[in-house]
Amino acid sequence: MPLSGFKFGKKKLKEEERHLQANNRDFNLEFEYANNSIKTSKYNFFTFLPLNLFEQFQRIANAYFLFLLILQLIPQVSSLSWFTTVVPLVLVLTVSGVKDAIDDFNRHKSDNHVNNRPVQVLINGRLKDDKWMNIQVGDIIKLENNNFVTADLLLLSSSEPHSLTYIETAELDGETNLKVKQALTVTAELGENLQKLTDFNGEVKCEAPNNKLDKFTGTLILRGEKFALDNEKMLLRGCTIRNTEWCFGLVIYAGPDTKLMQNCGKTAFKRTSIDRLMNVLVLVIFAFLALMCFILAIGNGIWEHDKGYYFQVYLPWATGVNSAAYSGFLMFWSYVIILNTVVPISLYVSVEIIRLGNSFYIDWDRKMYYPLNDTPAQARTTTLNEELGQIKYIFSDKTGTLTQNIMAFNKCSINGKSYGDVYDVAGQRTEITEHTEKVDFSYNQLADPKFVFYDHSLVEAVKLDDAATHGFFRLLSLCHTVMPEEKKEGNLVYQAQSPDEGALVTAARNFGFVFRARTPETITVVEMGETKVYELLAILDFNNVRKRMSVIVRSPEGDLTLYCKGADTIVYELLESSCGPLKEETMEHLNEFAGEGLRTLVVAYKNLQEDYFQEWQKRHHEASTALDGREEKLSELYEEIEKDLMLLGATAIEDKLQDGVPQTIETLTKAHIKIWVLTGDKQETAVNIGYSCNLLHDDMKDVFIIEGNTSEEVLDELRTARKKMNPDSFLDSDEIIKFENPSTKSRILPEEQANGVYGLVINGHSLAYALEGNLELELVRTACMCKVVICCRVTPLQKAQVVELVKKYKKAVTLAIGDGANDVSMIKTAHIGVGISGQEGMQAVLSSDFSFAQFRYLQRLLLVHGRWSYIRMCKFLRYFFYKNFAFTLVHFWYGFFSGFSAQTVYDQWFITLYNLVYTSLPVLGMSLFDQDVDDRWSMQFPHLYEPGQQNRYFNKIEFVKCVLHGTYSSLILFFIPYGAMYDTVRSDGKAIADYQSFALMAQTCLLIVVSVQIGLDTAYWTAVNQFFIWGSLSLYFAIIFTMYSDGMYLIFTASFPFIGTARNTLSQPNVWLAIFLSIILCVLPVVGGRFLKAQLIPTVSDKVLRKIRAAKKRPPPPLPKTRLRRTSTRRSGYAFSHQHGFGALIMSGRNMRPKLPFTTTGTFSPNSEKNRHK
Amino acid sequence: MAVNYNAKEEADGHPSGVGAPGGAGKSRKPDNTAFKQQRLPAWQPILTAGTVLPAFFIIGLIFIPIGIGIFVTSNNIREYEIDYTGTDSSSPCNKCLNVSWNSTPPCTCTINFTLDQPFETNVFMYYGLSNFYQNHRRYVKSRDDSQLNGDNSSLLHPSKECEPYSTSENKPIAPCGAIANSMFNDTLELFRIDNETRIPITLNKKGIAWWTDKNVKFRNPSGNTNNLTALFQGTTKPVNWPKPVYMLDSEADNNGFINEDFIVWMRTAALPTFRKLYRLIERKNNLQPTLQAGKYSLDITYNYPVHSFDGRKRMILSTISWMGGKNPFLGIAYITVGSICFFLGVVLLVIHHKYGNRNTSADIPN
Repeated sequence: MPLSGFKFGKKKLKEEERHLQANNRDFNLEFEYANNSIKTSKYNFFTFLPLNLFEQFQRIANAYFLFLLILQLIPQVSSLSWFTTVVPLVLVLTVSGVKDAIDDFNRHKSDNHVNNRPVQVLINGRLKDDKWMNIQVGDIIKLENNNFVTADLLLLSSSEPHSLTYIETAELDGETNLKVKQALTVTAELGENLQKLTDFNGEVKCEAPNNKLDKFTGTLILRGEKFALDNEKMLLRGCTIRNTEWCFGLVIYAGPDTKLMQNCGKTAFKRTSIDRLMNVLVLVIFAFLALMCFILAIGNGIWEHDKGYYFQVYLPWATGVNSAAYSGFLMFWSYVIILNTVVPISLYVSVEIIRLGNSFYIDWDRKMYYPLNDTPAQARTTTLNEELGQIKYIFSDKTGTLTQNIMAFNKCSINGKSYGDVYDVAGQRTEITEHTEKVDFSYNQLADPKFVFYDHSLVEAVKLDDAATHGFFRLLSLCHTVMPEEKKEGNLVYQAQSPDEGALVTAARNFGFVFRARTPETITVVEMGETKVYELLAILDFNNVRKRMSVIVRSPEGDLTLYCKGADTIVYELLESSCGPLKEETMEHLNEFAGEGLRTLVVAYKNLQEDYFQEWQKRHHEASTALDGREEKLSELYEEIEKDLMLLGATAIEDKLQDGVPQTIETLTKAHIKIWVLTGDKQETAVNIGYSCNLLHDDMKDVFIIEGNTSEEVLDELRTARKKMNPDSFLDSDEIIKFENPSTKSRILPEEQANGVYGLVINGHSLAYALEGNLELELVRTACMCKVVICCRVTPLQKAQVVELVKKYKKAVTLAIGDGANDVSMIKTAHIGVGISGQEGMQAVLSSDFSFAQFRYLQRLLLVHGRWSYIRMCKFLRYFFYKNFAFTLVHFWYGFFSGFSAQTVYDQWFITLYNLVYTSLPVLGMSLFDQDVDDRWSMQFPHLYEPGQQNRYFNKIEFVKCVLHGTYSSLILFFIPYGAMYDTVRSDGKAIADYQSFALMAQTCLLIVVSVQIGLDTAYWTAVNQFFIWGSLSLYFAIIFTMYSDGMYLIFTASFPFIGTARNTLSQPNVWLAIFLSIILCVLPVVGGRFLKAQLIPTVSDKVLRKIRAAKKRPPPPLPKTRLRRTSTRRSGYAFSHQHGFGALIMSGRNMRPKLPFTTTGTFSPNSEKNRHK
Repeated sequence: MAVNYNAKEEADGHPSGVGAPGGAGKSRKPDNTAFKQQRLPAWQPILTAGTVLPAFFIIGLIFIPIGIGIFVTSNNIREYEIDYTGTDSSSPCNKCLNVSWNSTPPCTCTINFTLDQPFETNVFMYYGLSNFYQNHRRYVKSRDDSQLNGDNSSLLHPSKECEPYSTSENKPIAPCGAIANSMFNDTLELFRIDNETRIPITLNKKGIAWWTDKNVKFRNPSGNTNNLTALFQGTTKPVNWPKPVYMLDSEADNNGFINEDFIVWMRTAALPTFRKLYRLIERKNNLQPTLQAGKYSLDITYNYPVHSFDGRKRMILSTISWMGGKNPFLGIAYITVGSICFFLGVVLLVIHHKYGNRNTSADIPN
């Protein structure tokens, strides 16, 4: 847009390297770096009018009207008074201008809000309170706990040991776990000594501002020494300081240069498919208009030549016109003015109003409001509503979208006994409902009140001092890398790196094995009320290859034990042979757990010999200090000690689905929406969730798994799958050659039908091959035949690529839904982006078009709001084109009887007011209130969604139908009054076939006909609709009687020449007879046609309507949700969800305070707490 | 510049104080109103056989009688028309065919005709013009309503719309414009020939214009005097006119701009073929028809040239009914539409019986 052009134009050179010096404003000012004030607003008080007008006239419709206005100023051409164009144009400009002004005002307000936030800045050796916007590059500022980071800072020092600083980056990348940043040692020494900080004069040279959140390179030059700077030392704007009392930072990038602002960038302007169709149609209409004007101009030329030339005795040619051809040329433009209403300017305004209205309904919907975090649904983009009714593909994120990202300790198997199910008196397993009695943990004062468990037998076992059970929970309380925080005594908060671990430790805590505190060397556990301090000897940390972690501890009694937990497949290999029978029992339980979609872990232990361990530890120390091959040596050592383990049992953690996810997916599938899950998770986890949320099910004919490691393998797998789904579609290796040429890029592929229901799972690395140029076609063809596609281990970029792929090859509307920063790319790419305003920060929501709190609201958004919006928009467009063609073409017919002189049929005031006053409200009423069936039926019959997907209610054919219908009506509207008026007189013998009476009659006919037509189109007559339709008609009569009255004529003689026409004409019976005849002739064919269509080729909605009519009531409320349980067995290959453990950090003690366990400073992040809430 | 960044949300959008519904501040829960929840009570009509089929039959049943009524009424209207343009060489007016404005002495011709049936009620005498484009855009706007409304400044400064008939010999034209300039100025006189004697028939020239036109729209200029000549001082007559506007009639209330012939002419016709009321022939008493059957003669003072552009001139005598003049169109249209409706009703009924039930039972995938 033009503004950005100005802005960047001012900047003299593109910045290539940033150079700055701390505490030296004069030096830094030389470079004219942006300061920290941000500006998202477009206008100020003085620039608003010119800039806004300039922008508005860039829209085709507005420019077109300006052009018409100029045409009208040419006297030879002007066929209408100036006001017929000016009034609508001014109205349209005003409405849009006011909307822009309000938007910009809000942006100003929010800019001010952010710019005026306070921050402490170090100036002349003293901390001074200042506003954000006054911060300059090179300033040193102080941030305190829970503060927002003001700009992109280089961390200098902090209150924590080793100048660690904890930040939450939810705003930035959506991750809720805390991240650690650490300052350079040389700057950490500065501490909070203001004098030292003031004297600090380090120079920083670093890269120019960019939008890479995870990358930063630069050097700090201090006293001639160079220090490398990387991302680990940067605090980025948008983060929040947590768990750190204070820290100092040096401003590197400020305001618009910060990574956050650089990332916000410009959003691609999304348009709906109807928008694009409308643009095409407007061009078609332009062509049509030109054709009509051309015909009429030719007609005029001929007429002037044959008749007009001779008629000059009474009507000389206009000055300057000396030939019939020239007259025809002028008449072309005159007719352009008259017939301009086929491209109605009010169309665009009305479309915007309708979309805005329908967006408000989304904001207002109580059924999409989530009370738990007080989040209503929000339509952030108000121009995409009708596209919600046309979705064919949904691309969904998994974590946080389908699942809650809450891990609940759900079941466990201890020593061959399974716990977690609830049985009734008869010994039958029962469903867990809200009324099921929860286990009472009140005996344990340190228990987490939010933890819920239903099986009482496990508590009994713990209370009975069952050794295996105690061992099991002791393991859970010891073998992990969780950090505890106990601000008040007894109020324990765990900071876990992965929610799974948190869940396990919390479970142990509630069952009486409370992990209370840790130091680098010890772990304090309160075991059944008794405090025990274990000596922590080693953490054998998790990684993706090992898929397990172990700790080696020495109990207070002096026993050496290795505790291990890990993926079942891995740990089972390491068990001692004596575990045989237990192994089998546990395996059964594991299968059962996995079948319910739970994430499983196997836990085991091993008692160690003191001397062996001493020796091992020595080697371990050597290995960990080795200079080369450290990793390999360590993992060899780990493997050596982690064997011959004794099986303790297994845990099952429920990756809790969001409420109603399976039901929602079922409904959406019925609506023929294809759902693709794109997740960063592992294949096993993803498949498991696929089953538990009903995406995949055992009725599917097959679920293909694509996991090839070369492009040939992937191709082969894709083709095999496609061959199986539809042998006919397989044409031997044809496309691959043809499509290697990337220039043939946008080919729309036809729909291909599979011979059954299939699913497809594709792995991240295979996807990378499949997305390469020559394979993408294979991928699209195969994947689109499947009902469900799950892509695992995909990167954010791949998510966007997959969406792009479908957009490119399929003529389908796509929707992406996600909640995290990793979904932003896909949300921005898809036609519609939906953000889940959940716990993973705001990035997804900020870039989304619609947002709400729960995945299940998606079905309401699409099936109810989307469908209604689509139907309303289509009805609106059909009617709008119809009414304008009916209105305008009458002039065309009249041309043949008025010497092609660009004489209008109607009064000029009628032309001015027709679209703005007489017909605007009824059609708006319809487009805001209409519904064919109510919301419950819409959800009950997802099939009603299909016409939208197939674009059936408004397309080129429908448009042609509207035009033909309009043409037919215009013929009726011209020739019925013509016939009725021909050579006739009033009942008192006086004139009635005069121009004014004819105009009045034609316009009255037209208005009543289009009002009846809107009545026919309205399916849902609310009081408002009635009021609008009747009101508009009454208003019409009121206005004509006023405008044609004596008083108006005597005051504005030149403007209202139609004096007396209304009362002289409308009192005549033959006028009314003609009006009535026109109505019947215009309307009856429509009624008959619709009736016949419903009888002979009923659509789904016709059938549903009929059925509802028969039922005559609202559908029953949906059945209470039942928990879906599958009986099939699935192997869960779950491991931890985090990449690399905190182990090293814990063992080094770097993140510990000296005086544990009770620290007083800093509030630990409430995040872990937060997660468990929901 | 579409910057997708809302600074406010950076601050306030942060998930704060989670899990505290109804906590501090008011809840953002939307209002539970029928309007916002789209539950407004509504009437939902749909097209069913029960409404559509009766509609067709009823419309058919209503239209046919109305149509017959209109048709009969229209047929009962007496109408007699004479084309006196004189293009035919046998026509008495042929000699006047190439007459020009202001020819002196005026060309006159007489056409004799016979009425076979008497005209019982009031008779209206029209002149009709064909191929005369009174609805041409430039023609229609070539007038100055303010001037015609008696506005004194417009009288002397006619609107630009009147060009090229706004001034003549450096004087403003009153009334200005092409419409006024081309005013029909043939004089028609009607005689009944009773045993070779010509009995003139009284032709009433007042009451032929709309009341609003005569009393509101058209007004003579105002001044201290009632003398129209003085009031129109400083203006000149339209080019084609033989006399100025204040000499159109001898009677004061039918002279100047409020001359009814002038007013009637100024109400431009919608179509190139039109008729305009010329004179009224009122029924004198109940014993005699207004115009009895017999011979008549029409004396024409032929001033108005139409031959150059193939125009035609007619004289029409007509009675009228409650629905105006003779016009068979509406009656025939009503009968036709009514019949078609009825027929379509039958067709739809058959289709409904044959196919309608087949689909009602069809299953809807749930």
